[in-house]
Parts: sequence; structure tokens; C-alpha cells
Amino acid sequence: MKKGRSLGTYAVLYLVFLYAPIVLLPLFAFNDATIIAFPLKGFTTQWFEALATNAALLQSLRNSLFIAVMTAIFATLLGMCAARAGAMAEFPGKKGIIGFVMLPLVLPEIIVAVSLLIVLRQVLGLNLNNWSVIAAHTLICTPFSIAILNGAFQNLDPSMEEAAMDLGESRWSAFRLVTLPLVMPGIISSMLIAFTISLDEFIIAFFLTGANPTMPVYIWGLLRFPAQLPVVMALGTILVTLSVVLLVIAEYFRRRGMARAGVKDTGGFL
Amino acid sequence: MTPLIELKGVEKHYGDYHALRGIDLDIRQGEFFSLLGPSGCGKTTLLRTIAGFEAVSSGTIRIDGRDMKGVAANHRPTNMVFQSYAVFPHLSVAENVGFGLRRDPRSKAEKARAVEQALEMVGLGGYGQRRAHALSGGQRQRVALARALILEPKVLLLDEPLSALDKKMREQMQVELIRLQRQVGITFILVTHDQEEALVMSDRIAVMFEGEIGQMADPETLYRRPASKRVAEFIGKMNFLPADVRRDGGAIEVDVAGLGRGAIAAEQAPGGVPVGAATVGLRPETLAILFEGEATDRRVAEGVVDEVVYYGDMTYYDVRVPGVDRPLNIAMKNLIGRPVLDVGTKTRVAWDERALVLLPG
Ligand SMILES: Nc1ncnc2c1ncn2[C@@H]1O[C@H](COP(=O)(O)OP(=O)(O)O)[C@@H](O)[C@H]1O
Ligand SMILES: [Mg+2]
Repeated sequence: MKKGRSLGTYAVLYLVFLYAPIVLLPLFAFNDATIIAFPLKGFTTQWFEALATNAALLQSLRNSLFIAVMTAIFATLLGMCAARAGAMAEFPGKKGIIGFVMLPLVLPEIIVAVSLLIVLRQVLGLNLNNWSVIAAHTLICTPFSIAILNGAFQNLDPSMEEAAMDLGESRWSAFRLVTLPLVMPGIISSMLIAFTISLDEFIIAFFLTGANPTMPVYIWGLLRFPAQLPVVMALGTILVTLSVVLLVIAEYFRRRGMARAGVKDTGGFL
Repeated sequence: MTPLIELKGVEKHYGDYHALRGIDLDIRQGEFFSLLGPSGCGKTTLLRTIAGFEAVSSGTIRIDGRDMKGVAANHRPTNMVFQSYAVFPHLSVAENVGFGLRRDPRSKAEKARAVEQALEMVGLGGYGQRRAHALSGGQRQRVALARALILEPKVLLLDEPLSALDKKMREQMQVELIRLQRQVGITFILVTHDQEEALVMSDRIAVMFEGEIGQMADPETLYRRPASKRVAEFIGKMNFLPADVRRDGGAIEVDVAGLGRGAIAAEQAPGGVPVGAATVGLRPETLAILFEGEATDRRVAEGVVDEVVYYGDMTYYDVRVPGVDRPLNIAMKNLIGRPVLDVGTKTRVAWDERALVLLPG
């Protein structure tokens, strides 16, 4: 009994610690004062208006969106290849290879960032631009895509595709007509997660952006100007809302995929 | 007449594992053919080589006279009902059944009619608009059948199609499959590990063990004249008794331990006639307990009841006969007026040399 209560207290404290700062975001985003402090002064939407007219910020947002969309596509394509190979093919050293592919999941981002910077600048002598960030984001997002798509592919009956071939379809059209629709929820879910991860990733973007910063990098730059803080709060509010919405959609599709394949839910991220 | 399907020396290796060891097979047009064997003996592998999902390591497969080497599954005149049925869950029943007609030049309306006809044939008339993932196991199987049969293949391959169904449903589907096969006249190749299912449904059965065909024959021959102990044991029950074999001109004389002498015909030794020590087999229902006062013109041995298992319509006795170390298993119909004997009762056992089968080894 006692143990149960202390565990409950711990859980509540943990959640407060985790989410309280996020609750502060919208509070100050709508607060009519430049200084981030209590008591609140009154309601305003001026910070959001300031957001909309900041050209540099909008440019960084466009960069981030482009990078996130490209990352989502590449990570999901790579994830599909890996998940399909993992689920359907048997080859020597399969476990080891899959382990290696999943490694970036636990690799510190700062290491990925620094090593990629060295490779791109020193070794290959390339200029930094959005594509260098896309490459790095694809690297860190692919393991997430694999984890999600693994579920989708492993729940797939391998005779589905064979049945389509047996009924006259070629290998590719069997994949397109049967496998693809069946794993589509997983694909959508994977793209949304990769998109979300890429959109608010800072460390790698900070190291690898060229002349055009991504949005998180731009926000970090804004922090040097205290007067801009409420604008950052407003932007943060929008981003948190967007992230939550995307994650919920991703989870919805993942679960729908599970239900459609008629299998028990065995995990996922939410 | 050339056979519809002809397999010659088909071998399949999975790495070090030798899954098929020289399969020779002829299957006639319109035949209901079964591949019967214990789990893991290579039935599915053999079926998949015929369907074109597995390449053979060596040997040839001909269908309708055409060598299937290098012909992909989608270009073979075969269709398959998978063990899991593999009904596409994201499509409706009608879309599933019409899946193979995508390249068919017929008009939409004609195709829809063909789909409805196929559904009616398997007893699913009017189910077209249902979602496939909401169907029961038995219904999914009918969809899989209709989906394959609508293409009018030369051969329909069925991989343990009934094993996922409950007993009642299974028996009903056995009858329906036989009816369907006669109706469409398509050659069926059925894979099963259930000997009763194979006996009930097939024109001919190939019994497989460890990648080899142990015996290929019609159900009656397979049951009455198994060519080996293994086949005999796999299909039904059989008593094995040591015997001494002598050839006297054309006649074959056997001296069966515990039972006595008898003469058998050559077809009672489908595995060949050994000379000297051999084994004979006797099915439990070819032996009979002689109840008190019963007379017989068959040969008789004395024994003691060792065990009694009452089944309602039948009683199974184990009877110890001097000179044999294992008791004889005897199946008796519980006819009117027949008592069920107690353990320990002395009794006489009637046997018939015509029911003997001489087994090598
Ligand atoms: N793709 C494969 N790779 C390796 N071994 C396999 C493969 N498919 C089947 N086998 C092996 O071949 C043997 C026969 O399998 P299978 O044909 O499925 O048997 P059955 O259908 O008679 O139960 C089994 O021992 C199985 O493990
Ligand atoms: Mg099998």
C-alpha cells in the first residue's frame, strides 16, 4: 500500500516536471508583456502577429519544412527496405546487420553532427546547405522508421504477396497492389514521426546548416534578444501543438494498421 | 495418355538441408491427388515447387507437357489455396475473388457476373460486398477457393486447406471440396497430414517421409496393401508380427508367430517377397474375437484379453497370444447381443491369411 502511494507521488512529480515548462509556453505567448515573469499582464496576440511578419523567421520555417519533408521521405524509403528485408528474407549475419542499422538510435547526436561535419567539409570538401542537414536527419530518423515499419512488415502474412503473384501479378505489382496498401498505415506513421523529429532537431542542424538556418537554429539565435522572447514563446506554442497533433495522427494510423491486419498491438511509441 | 503433371527426380536443397530427395510423380488430368505425410516431410515444399514459388535444385517439372523451368508463378497454369488462405484483408470479397481477372479482357459487367458465379459455387452468393477481414475461417477459405477457381487453372494446389477449421466444419468442407472438384473437373493436388482426410477425398495418394515418396496408390490399396511398415503405421492402425517366409514354387508360405501357418498371394507383398525372417501386418478389424459358442471356418488362435477400450459403436481389445510379445489389437463392432469382455477373459481370435500383408524389414 505504502509502496503504491510513493510510486504514485513519484509519477505525478515526474509528469509535472516534464510538462510544466511546456504549459508555460502558451501562458507567456499570450501574455501582454515583454518580460517573462509573473504576474501575467493581460491577453494579447501581438507576438503571433510579430511572428507572421518576420521574413527571416518565415524563411527558416520554410527551410525546416523542406528538410523535414525530405527526411520523412528518405527515412521511410530506407526503413521500408530494411524492414522488408528483416521480415521476409533470411541471410547470414541478419541480426548483426539489423543491429548496426538501428545503432543511430542510441548514438549521441553531437557525435553524429561533428563527425558528419568533418566528413562533409574536410574529407569531401562539400558546401553545407539544406541537403547536408537532410542527409544527417535521414541518418537519425531511419532507425525510428525501421522500428515502426518492422511492426507493419512482420505482421504481414508472407503468403499475401505470393497469393497475388499466384493470381497473375508480377513481383512489383503484387507488392504495389497488396503489400503496399497493407503497410500504408505504417508508412504514414513513419513519415509523420520522421517529420516531427527532423522539424525540431537542433544540434545536428546547428552544426550542418549553411547560410540559411533551420527554424530551431534561428530561434536559438533570437534568444540573444530578450525583447524577442515572447515571440519565441509564441512559436514554441505553435510547434508543440503541431508536434502533438502529428504524433497523435501517426499513432492513429499505426493502430489502425494493426487492427486491419487483425493482430494484437505490441508496442509502438505512444 | 500423357500425364498432366510430371515430376522427374525433383530435388530441393535448403543450404545443407535436403528437403526433397528425388521425387517422381505422374498426376492425371482431373485427378484428386493428395500428398500425405507427417509435418516437416516436405509436402509444402513440393507443392511450392509445382506452383513456382521455389526453384528445384535438380530434376524437371512438366505441366501439360511444358517444362516449367524458369517459368514464374504468375505464368504457370496453376493456382494455389494457401494454408493461411491469404485473403487480402484490405479488399472486399468480390475484389478478392476478381483479383486474378485484372488482365482479363472481358467487360466489367461480365467479370462481375463471373465473380458472382464463383461465389455461388462456393456457397457465398451475395457476400460480394463484405469486407474480407470480417469473415470467419471457413468463409475465408471459400473466398480463397473461389479466387483460385475463377481463373480455371489446369491444376489447383491446396496446402492443408482444412487444418485451421474445427472438426465439424472440416468434415463438411471435405464433402464440398469433393463435390466442387467433380463439378469443375480441375486437377486438385491436396497437401495434408491427416490420413483420414486423404483417404476420404483422394483418387490417389502419395505418402511422403523425409523428402521421399514412401508409396503412391489409391486409398484402398494404400490401406490394405501398404508397401512398408512406415506407411502401414502412418495410415490407420496395424498389428505387426514376426513371421518366417518360404517360397514353394509359385506359392508363398508364411509362418506367423503366435498365429500359425498360411499361404498368401503375390499382391499381398507389395514391397516385394523377402525370404526367411520377415514381418507381417494385420489390420485390427481383420481380426475377430470369437464369443462363446461362435464357430468359424477361419484360422483360430488362443489368447487372453489384456485391455478393453469401449468406443460406443466399437470396442478395441488388446489380446495376448502366446508366442508374440506385443498384444494383438482387435476392433470389434458392438453388434446386438455381443458382450464387452472383461480384462483377463480367455478367448479365441479368428484371423484370415487373405488379410495378411507381408512387409519388408
Ligand atoms: N525456406 C526454407 N529454408 C530452409 N528450410 C526450409 C525452408 N522451407 C522449408 N524448410 C524445411 O524443409 C522441411 C520441409 O518443410 P515443409 O515442406 O514445409 O514440410 P511440410 O509441409 O511437409 O510440413 C522442413 O524441415 C523445413 O524446416
Ligand atoms: Mg506444410
